[in-house]
Amino acid sequence: MALASSVAPPAGPAIPRTGAISHPWVRFGARRVGRLVVSLWVLVTASFLMIHLIPGDPVRAALGPTAPARLVSAKRAEMGLDDPLLVQYWHYVQHLFSGDLGTSLVSQLPVSQVVSQRLPATLGLALLAFLLAVVVAVPLGVATGVLTRRGHGRRTELVFTTTSVVLGIVPDFLVGVGLVYVFGVNLGWLPVAGNDTPSAYVLPVLSLAIGPAAILARIIRIEMVTVLEADFVRTARAKRLSKPRVYLGHALPNALTASLTLGGLILSAMVAGTVLVENVFAWPGLGSTIVSSILNKDYQVVQAIVIVYGAGVLLVNTLVDVALALLDPRSMIRED
Amino acid sequence: MRRWTRVLRTPLGLTATVLTLGVVMLAVLGPILWTDEANAVDTGNILAGPSADHWAGTDNLGRDILYRTLVATRLSVELALAATAIAVVVGLVLGTAAFLLGRRLGRLVSAVINIAVAFPGILLALFFAVVFGVGATGAVLAIGLAGAPAFGRLVQTLVAGVAARDYVSAARVAGVGRTRILLRHVLPNISEPLVVNATIGAGGALLSFAGLSFLGLGVQQPKYDWGRLLFDGIGSIYVNAAAALAPGAAVLVAGLAFNLFGESVAKALGVGVVAGIRVPDTRRPVAADDAPVGADLGDHDADVVLDVRDLEVTFPAPGGPLRAVRGISFTVGRGEAVGIVGESGSGKSLTALAVSRLVDEDGSVTASRLELLGKDLRGPDNATQRRMLGTSLAMVFQDPMTSFNPTKRVGRQLAEVGTTHLGMSRGQAMERAVERLDAVRIADAADRVHRYPHEFSGGMRQRAMIGMGLMGTPALIVADEPTTALDVTVQQQVLDLLAAIRAADDVALVLISHDVTVVGEVCDRVLVMYAGRIVEELPATELATGARHPYTRALVAAVPDMATDLDAPLATIPGRPVDPADVPPGCAYAARCPLADARCRTDDPPLVATTSGRVACWHAGEPLPDPVLRADSARFETLVETS
Repeated sequence: MALASSVAPPAGPAIPRTGAISHPWVRFGARRVGRLVVSLWVLVTASFLMIHLIPGDPVRAALGPTAPARLVSAKRAEMGLDDPLLVQYWHYVQHLFSGDLGTSLVSQLPVSQVVSQRLPATLGLALLAFLLAVVVAVPLGVATGVLTRRGHGRRTELVFTTTSVVLGIVPDFLVGVGLVYVFGVNLGWLPVAGNDTPSAYVLPVLSLAIGPAAILARIIRIEMVTVLEADFVRTARAKRLSKPRVYLGHALPNALTASLTLGGLILSAMVAGTVLVENVFAWPGLGSTIVSSILNKDYQVVQAIVIVYGAGVLLVNTLVDVALALLDPRSMIRED
Repeated sequence: MRRWTRVLRTPLGLTATVLTLGVVMLAVLGPILWTDEANAVDTGNILAGPSADHWAGTDNLGRDILYRTLVATRLSVELALAATAIAVVVGLVLGTAAFLLGRRLGRLVSAVINIAVAFPGILLALFFAVVFGVGATGAVLAIGLAGAPAFGRLVQTLVAGVAARDYVSAARVAGVGRTRILLRHVLPNISEPLVVNATIGAGGALLSFAGLSFLGLGVQQPKYDWGRLLFDGIGSIYVNAAAALAPGAAVLVAGLAFNLFGESVAKALGVGVVAGIRVPDTRRPVAADDAPVGADLGDHDADVVLDVRDLEVTFPAPGGPLRAVRGISFTVGRGEAVGIVGESGSGKSLTALAVSRLVDEDGSVTASRLELLGKDLRGPDNATQRRMLGTSLAMVFQDPMTSFNPTKRVGRQLAEVGTTHLGMSRGQAMERAVERLDAVRIADAADRVHRYPHEFSGGMRQRAMIGMGLMGTPALIVADEPTTALDVTVQQQVLDLLAAIRAADDVALVLISHDVTVVGEVCDRVLVMYAGRIVEELPATELATGARHPYTRALVAAVPDMATDLDAPLATIPGRPVDPADVPPGCAYAARCPLADARCRTDDPPLVATTSGRVACWHAGEPLPDPVLRADSARFETLVETS
């Protein structure tokens, strides 16, 4: 199959299919942006369709069975729910681009206001957890990789692998419940609700970071063990570089390229993980809002938050791909 | 069946199996045994902590948490299995669509799967939970559909793997329909990994379901699963922590059990457990005192670049230490080219690694003398020694495609030597790198330094590798099979380059090769190794006619030349190389040697000086019986294998 022709997503924008643009970075950028645009389109369309897939009348559901019929039909007209579907779709996309996310059926507040109020808390939580996971996982993975290479340190390997497998499976909200019990209820050291003080971040961030950190560390260890056997590591040793230089300068970047692909999936799962963790800790972010909005049938808000979360995930995926390309330029070609 | 019992042999696998069985039994028996106790309302005992009557306390109606948790097992497991079933079925449809629908539509389906997989399961589940409504049914559909894309991709990969096999192609050529092929040939072959992944998936579904119920989006009262109990319990965690902890622990144990059981089965069915490799208890560094003392060490000769005496390399192995190099001694003079030839397993590459101090640390290297330019290389690794080795010794490895770091620009990899050992700034080192690449005849070096290894051809990389060795001022280049991985047309270029460097800078060369021709062409002197020993040393000019050891003569005779009768089978050395783990007494070559007699099989011949070199053979130089070599084309494989 020709290099340039196999990648473009089916409904993608005009991605050059000829050899006209030949610089790998340009091709890579075009392809990546193309994929991002298509995915965003799918996301927006899905969130638009969501409200129409709900059986029954979403406005009636939101306002409750006792609301007068006049109010329901007025609200329906205001939201344009009586227009043909394509017209509604067009308006929806138009409004989205102008930053108008509609009005909450329940609180009557503009949805954009709800989202912008709640977003920082979620973002802060996710970013801190991400940083913590990486800061813990990379050194841990590298160190155990070095210690357990070539069948050395089998006991270390067994303990590390078992622990990381188990920690990786435990879902974040259960970690949260456990942490609440130990540090909140039992020891009373840390707050278990809200985000008013810096110390309130500790438990939610930990709940979110522990699982991904364990999985990431495990992947990095496995990759390190493989990479340390590579010929180019022997070359680096033949150059008589110091051990840190060999491990961190030569082995680690190669271990990371393979880890990043899987790591990216874990990290985007972490963005979504905020939904559950926020509900454990009554965190005033998007995650607790989307759940209460689903329960209140406040669908305009749900739609908007689905888009924000989805876009966040897509952004993480794109960043991971870019990081991958920077670390290992071959990955740009391999994708072709 | 045997493969399945392997699951039980690891502690983790055994634990997971027992736990999984326990959860399943509880799911069956729980509601039968304890439904009444779980629903018994005790208004005098609301939100009580653990007590003798209620081990995990009570909820807001005074119902026993422990019984409720036990009874909830069934619903929790049922819902998880239902969701998994949906995920597997929809995943099968999605995953086989590409196979059934042909290329165009198939690609569309793949694109859809790819986009869907990018979104985390919990987001998809929330989306579907909105669509299907809050409640157990909605949650089952939501979690099932959210898991479907991942299964779809798995099925797609598995199907593609099986579809590429010969018998499927054959069936297709025979005109069997796609659906029939899928049902008869493909699905039966992917059922095993599918079942394993479904088990892991069930664990995931159990945890996700608990998550949805915990958010209040799953099971609704009066029904209850573990997630729902957790949802009800977390609010009163300060009053009765057990109300949250009991269902939490249940979810955790069950989720882990399914997950780990699946993983263990996957592992047992997959590669299988590798038998334990014994790890060395002690790692001995190069040390003079445990080396056999050689006769007449003498003083350092200024014209000797490399001086090796009684070099031994041993590795720990299950049956006792494995002596890969068994006490060899040789020297390399200034500007001299010494070839080391032998089959694989003869210890020639390990000799190269040992003299350059690159043997992996589980191997133990000993020698009574190991000197480069008069500096002792034994003893612990230190900065001075590293600098000396980094600048005076250049290494060239066999495979230039893998010997460069793929993630770094070639220039930086060269410049590193300058910045690490020569005190250069980055700029200076880069200039030097350009100059060195130029010196190894890489065109446009100033541009090339900014390229990545994958942008170089094989021959260019090998030249760049030599250029890397020239960043310092090497007195010795150790080249381990430098041309073996290259095209024939490029081999000569690399050999010419090595020769030119030698001539220009008076650099010594140790060339390790299985190829007698290459060594004869490039080197002044040849060391022939067999089973970790030097069996003969002779001037390269005498290789063709003056070799005295039967092994050397066999190696030379095995090389076809212009006079070789092309219709006759190629000459080979009969028998197999000696297994380093099991070296026989006497001469190691005896089993393959046409001259061998009883003495050869009991007494190991010493390496003794001859007029022009050294040889270790009781019958050195004796005429070989005719036919010298068994000409047997079937044996050609041994030669190929050994190279």
